[in-house]
Amino acid sequence: MSSPTNIFRRFKRSDRTAYVFVLPYLVYFATFVAYPLLFSLILMFHRWNIVTPMEWIGLKNFIRMFGDPLFFKSLVNTLVFLAIHIPLQIAVALAIALLLNARLRFRSFFRAVYFMPVVVSGVVVTILWQQMYLFDYGVFNSILTSIGLPRVPWLVDPSFAMPSIAIMATWKNVGIYIVLFLVGLQNIPGELYEAAELDGAASANQFLHITLPMLNPTVIAIVVLSTIGGFSLFIEPYVLTGGGPMQSTLSGMLYIYNQAFYFNHMGYAATLGITFALIVLSVVVIQRKLIEAEA
Amino acid sequence: MAARTLKYIALCVGLVVFGYPFIWMIVGSLKPEMEIGNLKLWSSLLSFNSYRAVFTKIPIARAFFNSMFVSLSVTTLVVVLGSMVGYALAKLRFVGKGVLYILILFTMMIPFQITLIPQYVLMVKLGWTDTYLSLIVPSMMTGLSIVLFRQFFTSVPEALLDAARIDGCSELYILFRLIWPLSRPVIITVAILTFMASWNDVLWPMIVVRDRSLMTMPQLVAIFVIGGEAETQLGSLLAAATLLALPIIIAYSFFQRYFIESMASSGIKG
Repeated sequence: MSSPTNIFRRFKRSDRTAYVFVLPYLVYFATFVAYPLLFSLILMFHRWNIVTPMEWIGLKNFIRMFGDPLFFKSLVNTLVFLAIHIPLQIAVALAIALLLNARLRFRSFFRAVYFMPVVVSGVVVTILWQQMYLFDYGVFNSILTSIGLPRVPWLVDPSFAMPSIAIMATWKNVGIYIVLFLVGLQNIPGELYEAAELDGAASANQFLHITLPMLNPTVIAIVVLSTIGGFSLFIEPYVLTGGGPMQSTLSGMLYIYNQAFYFNHMGYAATLGITFALIVLSVVVIQRKLIEAEA
Repeated sequence: MAARTLKYIALCVGLVVFGYPFIWMIVGSLKPEMEIGNLKLWSSLLSFNSYRAVFTKIPIARAFFNSMFVSLSVTTLVVVLGSMVGYALAKLRFVGKGVLYILILFTMMIPFQITLIPQYVLMVKLGWTDTYLSLIVPSMMTGLSIVLFRQFFTSVPEALLDAARIDGCSELYILFRLIWPLSRPVIITVAILTFMASWNDVLWPMIVVRDRSLMTMPQLVAIFVIGGEAETQLGSLLAAATLLALPIIIAYSFFQRYFIESMASSGIKG
């Protein structure tokens, strides 16, 4: 395509300052992106505790992973989280966005308050929800007992703990998705509804056949972002449950962290990291394909 | 009319759901320990005991300084360096421009799970663990900031730059004296996104900092919660949480619109 002389001519015609401007990025890229990427490919074939020399062990890290019940547990936990978090997130965000998508007094005030958990540290959110989820005195169980319902073992029962974290994460992130849905709703041309109105379409039908299909790009964005978020879940289980009870909230990231920094299994942790990264990428690609095919 | 009232009622329930926990946190941190348990927002006594406890038990003032120093340094670097690369990509001619842009977009797709462990190893090899360097340098550039700057600078008219070049201005002068003053929206967007991410980040500090005097706010507060130093005193937990949340809440209440727009725009692109 471009011969050496051509490149040389382009080099002579280029702005010299440009090279100065992009040089810091090239150094940064080589050090903090390219090197770690290559190094993780090397690490996954080694056993290494970071102190003594690395030891080549071939594919043993992968063999170990496929026989590691905790790896599968953390993967299943993440899927449980996503199975609850994504539908809940979409339903709540869409419901609130539909409420807000009208001429209202204090509209931006409502939006600002709903958005507040997004900007605050996950550590703060976790501390607050820890108190609300308390079995004996937490807000939720107080409300439940006051209307005559039994207490829910939010964080103490293995089958409730991960769903509880998924609910908390929804509360924290839903503000972003409300805003995304609002943008999506405002991008739907009004003529579509007018035409449907003339054809006598009921408002439920308008919602099903105009609003939802037109929001498809927003739904894709939400599913993809939530999936990436779910696979990065760390500080919430770390602070709230430490991965328990009975490993039921051990997330992928928490497991990688434990392997690397409690047990000093750098090679195995890198193997888990690569595997989880490949899983995220493929899940995201599949989701996009599925949702686009649906539309 | 009834539908409208119902709408407002639903929205107000939302206010309670999303706002009440924060108000309870701030009020609870100022109540005497005995009274925090109940859900009331009013107390007979104003007490600073919980804050006193936090300040004596953990080096929270130092952590506040660390977080401020790290987040401001990271934000400055990301804005300055990101705008330089963004400017080169948008307005300058150089060999490898297309490749570089694709490379940057590619880095934005790499899940951080891959690079986390080797980046930690790199910090160990450089001897940067337990220093500010490990908290600042690895986040001094982001693909997103470069992409946002490039996109904004593309819309700056070429004629303006040519006029400045004819007058003999250097590209450095053009970028920082001519274009920066025109670029407030994108600078604010990048600054908010970067500051917020840096202030709230907790996983990376957990990995590279073990020395308590170098810990950042979220890290120190998280360790305070799980390490048992709070001694089940709810008041000191809430006080620590309030100190951690307050800087962002204050910034948010001033720049609320910018926060929301920045997050929404990065969400769509991300």
